Amino acid sequence: MSTDAGTFTPAPGRAPMRAILRSQIRMELLLTARRGEAVVLAMGVPLLVLLGAGLTRATNVPGDDRLGFVVPGVLALTVMSTAFTGQAITTGYERGYGVLKRLGASPLTRPGLLFSKTAAILCLVAVQVLVLALVGVAVGWRPELSELLPAIGVTVLATAAYCGLALLIASVLRPETTTAAATLIYVLMLAAGGIMFAAPDLGTAGHFLLPLAAHAEALRDTLTNGAAVPASIWLSLTLWAAVALTAAARKFRWE
Amino acid sequence: MREAAVEVRDVVVRYGDVVAVDGVSLTVPRGGILALLGNNGAGKTSLLQVCEGFRRPDAGSARVLGRDPVADHDDLMPRLGIMLQSGGVYPWATAGDILRLFASFAARPLDTDMLLDRLGLRKFAKTTFRRLSGGEQQRLSLAVALVGRPELVFLDEPTAGMDVGARQTTWELVESLRADGVSVLLTTHLLDEAESLADHVVIMDNGVVAATGTPAELTAAAGIDLLQVRAEPALPVAGLAARLDVKVTEDTPGEYAIAGSLDTEAIAAVLGWFAAAGAQVTAVNTRRRTLEDVYLALTAGAAR
Repeated sequence: MSTDAGTFTPAPGRAPMRAILRSQIRMELLLTARRGEAVVLAMGVPLLVLLGAGLTRATNVPGDDRLGFVVPGVLALTVMSTAFTGQAITTGYERGYGVLKRLGASPLTRPGLLFSKTAAILCLVAVQVLVLALVGVAVGWRPELSELLPAIGVTVLATAAYCGLALLIASVLRPETTTAAATLIYVLMLAAGGIMFAAPDLGTAGHFLLPLAAHAEALRDTLTNGAAVPASIWLSLTLWAAVALTAAARKFRWE
Repeated sequence: MREAAVEVRDVVVRYGDVVAVDGVSLTVPRGGILALLGNNGAGKTSLLQVCEGFRRPDAGSARVLGRDPVADHDDLMPRLGIMLQSGGVYPWATAGDILRLFASFAARPLDTDMLLDRLGLRKFAKTTFRRLSGGEQQRLSLAVALVGRPELVFLDEPTAGMDVGARQTTWELVESLRADGVSVLLTTHLLDEAESLADHVVIMDNGVVAATGTPAELTAAAGIDLLQVRAEPALPVAGLAARLDVKVTEDTPGEYAIAGSLDTEAIAAVLGWFAAAGAQVTAVNTRRRTLEDVYLALTAGAAR
């Protein structure tokens, strides 16, 4: 049972930040994989919407290209589901378990934790969006790929904005309240966010009020119509990301 | 000369109107082990949180390894090992995952398998945290605190929820830390833990320092409080009790118990009285106060 003398002789030091971030991102992804059923569930609702609204006449969508309207909306919904709802609930409970406090008492810094969480979410979002897009293609969606890069760009911005909002509400509310609020917002956005049917037409103001509708519209413009992303949507999503991440960084609590 | 490991001066912590810590000062020298001893609610954890940089004191100051624990948080963290009172781990991660994660944060980590062995956790390396018992979770938290080879370790109730064997293992580990020159600030409500581990004990009660010193000093300050003398039965001990300010009882014939604050002079006087009475003294025993007696006397006094 004994340990050689000198085993615990202090030799403190921080590993290179790159190594720290790699471990933390791997842990975030490992834990997500352990709760595989949560990932499937997070994709279940978007998948149902895709098949339900995309292949039947259950809802009225503008225009003739049903899948061209529904699939980009479903992709945007998935990003929100993972980056906002899932992230907020997970982070809320991690705070409840004292995990964030424990990480705060380690060489992982606050920016390091925020970065790792966002990076892990980006990986997850990429996989989910790819799977759903492939399902869309399988049932007949024919996306335009000429504007793929701007489509990826707005998706990264939307992910960042949702991550910021998720960390923000998980910092301000208790875990149970966070779960309820994140779920409620998800359901409201699912109904009014312009996914299954057109969002209330608020013109350009809508781009700034509903990031989900703005993101969905940008994906339709690019992937369905092969057109550029409107400047107001770029501006809206950039603002949402900047404001949400700044607020999250300021309000973020380890405890 | 290097600065102290921990230097706390007149720290006050308030939660609204409640004063949890009310002007506490203490110093942990480099390589020293200091135990904060007190009941639940005495303010131990609040004080520890100030030292860990999780809470800014409402008054007073704390220096940890010569730095400000809040302002220099990021610089200090790699040098500290922190064991929280409970939890702090992803419930779905295994013991091995967690320890390797924290090891990967350090420049020169300890061997994780050695540490798991040392704490008797090797067989739980693939067990998820939520399925470990309370004592096993505590030992894992201790391993996480030590894996980065810190200079200074904060242990909040390190043996809470542990069985006797695990507690022994933990105590041996703290002894190894001392031998290897790691500084330790620990909180406990266990008197034997403070007495056997710490170089220095600070007894906290209701947010203030009730007493401080080495375990020996704390008990010696209280002195000998009981003298047992065996002699002929039925001696006229009422005279002894009247002369010295002591209480004398003879529960068993020939066994006298003399209770009171007995310094050297008083003991000489007691034995002198037996000599003067012409008694044949066949045995003398003293009982010194334990840390427990000191502690109970202090905390009972403050409760009044």
